[in-house]
Amino acid sequence: MTTRMSFGGDDHIFVELDEEMSLEACFRALSLAKAVRESKIRGVTEICPANASFQIRFDPDLIAPKDMWAELESLEDATEHAEPVLKTRVIEVPVFYNDPWTRETLMRFRERHQAPDMTDLEYAAKINGYSSPKALIAAHAASPWFVSMVGFVAGLPWLYQMVERAKQIEVPKYLRPRTDTPRLTVGHGGCLGCVYSVRGAGGYQMFGITPMPIYDPQQSISYLRDFMILFNPGDIVRFRPIGRDEYDAIVREVEDGRFVPRIRPATFSLDAFHADPAASNAKLVEALDGH
Amino acid sequence: MAIEVIKPGLSTSVQDLGRPGYYHLGIPESGGMDHYALRAANLLVGNDEGAAVLEATFQGPEVRFGTSAVVAVTGAELPPQLDGKACPTWTSFRVRAGQVLGFGFLKRGARAYIAVAGGIDVPVVLGSRSTYALGALGGFQGRALRAGDVLPVGAPKDGSREGLSVPDSLRPVPPAVPHLRVLPGLYDFRVTKAALKGFFDDTWRVATEADRIGYRFRGSRALEFVPRKQPFGAGSDPSNIVDTCYPYGSIQIPGGSEPIVLHRDAVSGGGYFMIGTVISADMDLIGQMQPNISTRFVPVDMDRALAARHEAGEQMVALRSSLASG
Repeated sequence: MTTRMSFGGDDHIFVELDEEMSLEACFRALSLAKAVRESKIRGVTEICPANASFQIRFDPDLIAPKDMWAELESLEDATEHAEPVLKTRVIEVPVFYNDPWTRETLMRFRERHQAPDMTDLEYAAKINGYSSPKALIAAHAASPWFVSMVGFVAGLPWLYQMVERAKQIEVPKYLRPRTDTPRLTVGHGGCLGCVYSVRGAGGYQMFGITPMPIYDPQQSISYLRDFMILFNPGDIVRFRPIGRDEYDAIVREVEDGRFVPRIRPATFSLDAFHADPAASNAKLVEALDGH
Repeated sequence: MAIEVIKPGLSTSVQDLGRPGYYHLGIPESGGMDHYALRAANLLVGNDEGAAVLEATFQGPEVRFGTSAVVAVTGAELPPQLDGKACPTWTSFRVRAGQVLGFGFLKRGARAYIAVAGGIDVPVVLGSRSTYALGALGGFQGRALRAGDVLPVGAPKDGSREGLSVPDSLRPVPPAVPHLRVLPGLYDFRVTKAALKGFFDDTWRVATEADRIGYRFRGSRALEFVPRKQPFGAGSDPSNIVDTCYPYGSIQIPGGSEPIVLHRDAVSGGGYFMIGTVISADMDLIGQMQPNISTRFVPVDMDRALAARHEAGEQMVALRSSLASG
């Protein structure tokens, strides 16, 4: 990993931990963000960890850009050898794969897709060497995912599949972005997954939809009353495949204020993950299932 | 005290100086695109500089006042009319109960700021009254205004008075061909030296896709990339990078052809390389740029960026003292 810093205008500093995506780079970004938050440097207005990079915004009237740069450099040195262990949460996301709403949407935008004669799931299965969409879905739901960044629009999580790189699902984005994506679509682009928090434009392949809202600016949904956004960078997600009946049931439960997302505390060690991904993942999922 | 929207205009929303602190969760700062004009409008009616106002884009709304109020319109040259009678811009004036405030055609600039003594009193969400329409957050029901909306107005502070005016020397006039000063950096090494030079040499045109999220530019040469094996996770297009956080003012160029400068409602991150960032002192100017005008991007270093910021700060100090003594 090679760290690179750059000013973004006179009021941002951008730090790239690595050119390529990895859990190591993401951990470094998270620990640097934490270090900046705890250092309470005067003038910092935004602290944004990203997939393999990190950015702060500051008020140059309160701290000179070169001083801010020096502060970041020293924090970067201090966090370089931090133990890669994260106290976090595992969150279950029920997914209705191959649902009628994303299917209707993808049919409307076929001319913007690499393979107009296939659905997004069929295409993703084919180019990733799966025999069928069903086999791709099984792989998608089999391992947990790491929330490597939150953003683009309010509350949208980027998700990194917690398997060896060779097993990661990789797909290109649409040739031209769609102008519409159903709210709560579960998508995939490059090696990253996402859940669209709001309806709108999007370029990721569409695999399914979750009935569980993850952003509520009204703060009327029971589990989003304290804060309108569900996900934080560093959260771990498990997708659980559901059918139409359960989808409808959860939608009703959310409306009635009865739905409680399954969320459990967990500790994630990057070293343990690398030593034995399957065992590390099994332990995380166990925490969720309460065994 | 309330204001009723008769016609909303093209895109009119409630904005203040924004909601910093949530960009890491994808919630942008929002707020008026032209901070200087927004502050001026508030000072003219005796509000705090950061009170919530209406930001009208290209076309003014038509609103009826429930009670008497002091009002000021700044920013774009969008001539206010009270019951059809012309009123000055950059000057506070009295609106009586039942009167209708409308606007003539846009003469210059792009966004007008309409301040009312007491401020637009929509609920504060995450520390701000600004509208973030993409996230249906803040402002009036999280969206641009519609006909029939009734906007609450706060209690005016003592001392709001009509006839207060910003001197001509403190009213910015956007140049015919705005120059946006840019600090190169971020991922500018992704394009060739010649392409980078071409980007700054060429004249660009503001596209019709120019809104609070970002301004798109067209009409010049596509940029040539330095060949490389794409890093894992970045995507196959040479303009792709591993998705990262986007600075406000950053200039991304998807596919190398059409630059997009992100503004107050920025998408907080994504996977397109950026060539640099428009300096903070020039962000207000972008908010006053109309589609189809020509623009140049001018490279500057940090010292010049900070000097420009200092100069903008001095102008704000001059405005405050002018209106305090005026």
